[in-house]
Amino acid sequence: MRAHVASYDLVQPGSLREVLTLLAREPGVYRPLAGGTDVMVVYAGGKLAHTKFVDVHGLRELRGIVVTDDAVTLGALTTYTDVQAEPTLGREFPMMGQAASETGGWAIQNRGTLGGNIANASPAADSPPALLAYDASVELTSTRGARWVSYATYHTGYKTTVRAEDELVTRVRIPRIAPGAQGSRVHMFRKVGPRKAQAISKVSFAACVDVDGTRITSARVALGGVAPVVLRVVATEGALVGADVTTLDVAAIGATLSREVTPIDDIRSTARYRRRVAENLFVELTRKLKAHVGLGSQAR
Amino acid sequence: MVDASLKRPLSFDVNGKTVNVDVAPMARLLDVLREDLHLTGAKEGCGEGECGACAVIVDDKLVNSCLIPALQARGASVRTIEGVAKGDVLHDVQKAFLTWGGAQCGICTPGMVLAAVSLLEKNPKPTEQDVRVALAGNLCRCTGYMKIFESVLKACETAMARESASEAAR
Repeated sequence: MRAHVASYDLVQPGSLREVLTLLAREPGVYRPLAGGTDVMVVYAGGKLAHTKFVDVHGLRELRGIVVTDDAVTLGALTTYTDVQAEPTLGREFPMMGQAASETGGWAIQNRGTLGGNIANASPAADSPPALLAYDASVELTSTRGARWVSYATYHTGYKTTVRAEDELVTRVRIPRIAPGAQGSRVHMFRKVGPRKAQAISKVSFAACVDVDGTRITSARVALGGVAPVVLRVVATEGALVGADVTTLDVAAIGATLSREVTPIDDIRSTARYRRRVAENLFVELTRKLKAHVGLGSQAR
Repeated sequence: MVDASLKRPLSFDVNGKTVNVDVAPMARLLDVLREDLHLTGAKEGCGEGECGACAVIVDDKLVNSCLIPALQARGASVRTIEGVAKGDVLHDVQKAFLTWGGAQCGICTPGMVLAAVSLLEKNPKPTEQDVRVALAGNLCRCTGYMKIFESVLKACETAMARESASEAAR
């Protein structure tokens, strides 16, 4: 069933304050609409519960990327194209650009926004695993004020989040570390889909691991498409931290990761395939770590 | 039921001319271009951002017009396939598609041409890999893509040859 256009309304307030006032006055009635790359798909298919939309795409308050000594802060309307063009992200947080470059084609990357990706909370979204691996925080703003929540605690279930109905995702912050403070850092982002470009993920994987000599000092590993939420595999991370890369028990830690993921069969893939891919991507990470400390062959 | 029967006035530039239309609040840019402005070059393929047949250029950025409420184009400058040729003079990319077999049934062609034009405006000397990346959001079910990639690369050669000829003439 196609959407009947006359049944839907779109309002376009001129400022963030007006948008927040509307969301506070009628919580849950207006669905925020930014670049449209997700909402317009479900809208056109006639599959949306909402019939009223509030356009946030024109809000200047939600644009721009600010780099300070301790963080990179991105406005919620930062597009995937903007992410790829930001030099500090490219140098220090390369998985952000990689994830952005693998999200749709150019026409999607020019419109899709980081804030929209976070608000829609799809477990198959591409940026969230990278945001989790980089320990990002999300700013939620309402007429009651603004609050920062750790992105690791943002998702509460399938497409549910801690965001209240009167709150808007306004900014995303990625903490920077001082150069050399954590030894050296290994980043690995991989998206596995039916086609190399312009495809929704079956499984995505992002890992940010700090190594001092051959010892792992910190590890954040996140996966998309293998659970109701974009998932940090904390037990796997716990097994990695403190371990020596040269003596890593890949099979045992891989088994831990396999227990942490809960993939399902759906239109895009099967649980069995997703689990195997998640395990394989973990093995790829361990190869990359070994290559990083000068052991074994260079991982691809 | 939302009372959205009242259409809203909308003004934006299409291919260099300002247009004024009244649109339903959630009318898609694609439908306004095709139904109200009779610019039927942009096609509806999938209607969900997968195929790129509806691609247009809004404020110098390639976008899928099926995913944009027309009201978001207020004040914008929109280029459709109808505005790519200058009068009867085809763009290098259009000529190359004709010469090198880049177009078959034609459904994907407007989007492919606009994606290629968008690429060449950012990067006049793309590699084949650059072309593949830039056109990744445009699906074609006829050509197998190779002739499309070849056409885009030939269009670059033509543009570069003309540039060096005009430099030599100076």
